Amino acid sequence: MPQASSTVKPPRDVFSGTATPASTKRSGRRVYVVAGGVTKFAKAHPDMDFRLMCKKAFDQARSEVPNLRLNDIDGSRISYFSDHFSRQLKASSMVLDYLGLNPRGSVRIEWGGATGGECFQAAWEAIASGRMDTCLAIGYETMSRVQTWKGNEFIALASDVNYDFPLGGFYSGYYALMVVRHIYEYVRRTKFANIKDEREAQKKAFEYAGRVMAMVSVKNHRNAMFNPYAQYPKNLNVEDVLKSEMVSYPLPREDICTMSDGAAATILCSEEKAKELTEDPILVKGVGCGTDTMRLADRPFGKVLLMPHEKASDYAQLEYPGVHSFRAGRAASIEAYNHAGITNPNKDLSFVELHDAYASSEIQTYEDMGLCRYGEGYGFVERGDPFLKGFDYGMKLPNAGATPVNPSGGLIACGHPVGATGLMQAVMAFWQLQHKVGERFGSEKLQVPNAKRGAIHSHAGTGSAVTVSILERVKP
Amino acid sequence: MKGATVMKGSSTSKRPLKKSAKFTEVQETLLKEGAAIYVDKKGVESLYIDFPYHVNYVHSYAQDSPFFLGLAEGKLRGTRCEPCKYTWATPRTHCQFCGEPTKWVELPLQGKVHSWTTCHYGSEAFLKETPYNLVIVEFEGANSVLLSRLKACTEEQIYVGMPIVAKFASEPKYLITDVWFEPAPGALKG
Ligand SMILES: [Zn+2]
Repeated sequence: MPQASSTVKPPRDVFSGTATPASTKRSGRRVYVVAGGVTKFAKAHPDMDFRLMCKKAFDQARSEVPNLRLNDIDGSRISYFSDHFSRQLKASSMVLDYLGLNPRGSVRIEWGGATGGECFQAAWEAIASGRMDTCLAIGYETMSRVQTWKGNEFIALASDVNYDFPLGGFYSGYYALMVVRHIYEYVRRTKFANIKDEREAQKKAFEYAGRVMAMVSVKNHRNAMFNPYAQYPKNLNVEDVLKSEMVSYPLPREDICTMSDGAAATILCSEEKAKELTEDPILVKGVGCGTDTMRLADRPFGKVLLMPHEKASDYAQLEYPGVHSFRAGRAASIEAYNHAGITNPNKDLSFVELHDAYASSEIQTYEDMGLCRYGEGYGFVERGDPFLKGFDYGMKLPNAGATPVNPSGGLIACGHPVGATGLMQAVMAFWQLQHKVGERFGSEKLQVPNAKRGAIHSHAGTGSAVTVSILERVKP
Repeated sequence: MKGATVMKGSSTSKRPLKKSAKFTEVQETLLKEGAAIYVDKKGVESLYIDFPYHVNYVHSYAQDSPFFLGLAEGKLRGTRCEPCKYTWATPRTHCQFCGEPTKWVELPLQGKVHSWTTCHYGSEAFLKETPYNLVIVEFEGANSVLLSRLKACTEEQIYVGMPIVAKFASEPKYLITDVWFEPAPGALKG
């Protein structure tokens, strides 16, 4: 009979203090989002190159603050992930001149999948530091110009080309490796701990976890049916997801986001400037960023970075982050929560827009962000916490509406034009907090009632970098 | 035609470029290479051409070279930081925790499945090899793990904890794929 895995036993104290999140003492100015714009995310926009997509997102944002003249924008931060996708290096310069933003200052941000989230925080820094009063954060990606599997290759080149890429260079494979261990740690060793035969226990654990991941996919695809900017709104059920073709076990097609063309923009301002431009500015209450090793194989097996509502004894047996959790997401959350004064994310956040490139990573991220404890992600879904209240998912969900996650449909259903994605989340959160989802989407279905505070979460390859930003409504 | 595949799923129709008497030969070539005009619902025309890009990198493994040279000799080399008492199964030549240089050590040629997956799709470069298994290997005495391929077993047979052994290419290509793992003798029974 096959025996259980004996996990690697490291000297745990090696890591003590090595992963403490950055200081959260902030002396900067208060920063507000005053406007947002986004193009529909699509498989391809043959009639628009990246400059025109950015122009459309920018113009939509400007239409929200009609008193803002082009000359009032002090500068910009601009993001796209890969030069390979359009074979145009330094493409940002072409966007800036197309938008009429010369000769004001700018810098291009690239941080893998977290590119958009990092761009948003770079604009925050420009205002908080006093360098600018008004800063545009804009991002895009044009992924349709190469074939899907070539695109996968370009993305996989953002893994170590000596040790990882030549093995099959495929991000879906890397995330599958991570969730297989996650299922082993948190399902096989708990829910099915009494089954002695290792293979049988693991099979059962995968079946169970596969269904829960499918519930996440159903949630995001169905939410997107009311988001006109989403690429793949679908009225799916759990069986549809499980029947979709297997891409990398245990992740079928419908658990995975796709490649897209799209652009998104937000305009950030100082308090004084924000008050001139809008009745309803949204405060950036906290920012956080974390990193981890590029190679999954280099992640340590140490101690959990704790949040205020957790104790070390909760995780006495857990080797962390290993390959099953995103330590960068934990570090980013802790920094952002401390900055924003959040002590109980479930209670203090009205909603979360997080980086669900995979249904699996959405579940792993609930735990990193402290929406539930490590190991409780699957139960969190089963109870219904991340679902919208009063929304038809075709499932019984007693806790629906507790902490809605990805009301927009997330990456799985909205699409993932990398450099735009983190900014799209910012725009979605901005509209939620202005209570304008009905106005922008033509339906109130996705408006979280009385949304007061939201988190956006942007994530790069296998969790090598993560940003979390907290946005808050200030208008009564 | 490559361009046509790119456009799959968008709501456009495609028509060939207009032939001009003057440039027939040039245009024939462009057409063969995928040039076309796509017309959307509003009648807006977008011109597509193919735009190839090939590069050969002169890639140095630099400080990682001993690992790849080791594979050609049938050796798995990790690195160790003595002050930190930490052994990396995927080598790094400076310690991640204290910054001091590490020393090369030999890893055992057997380990266990720490995690795994079967890829039914892959990047363009690896599509022809699908389905293939990826494995994260844990070794006795090492603190970190190694990503590799797992061969000679099917998706249904693999489980976390399965004992596996290293195999080496008889004709090394100096790539990480010069080593892979297979189930240890007897591991598939029971
Ligand atoms: Zn050391």
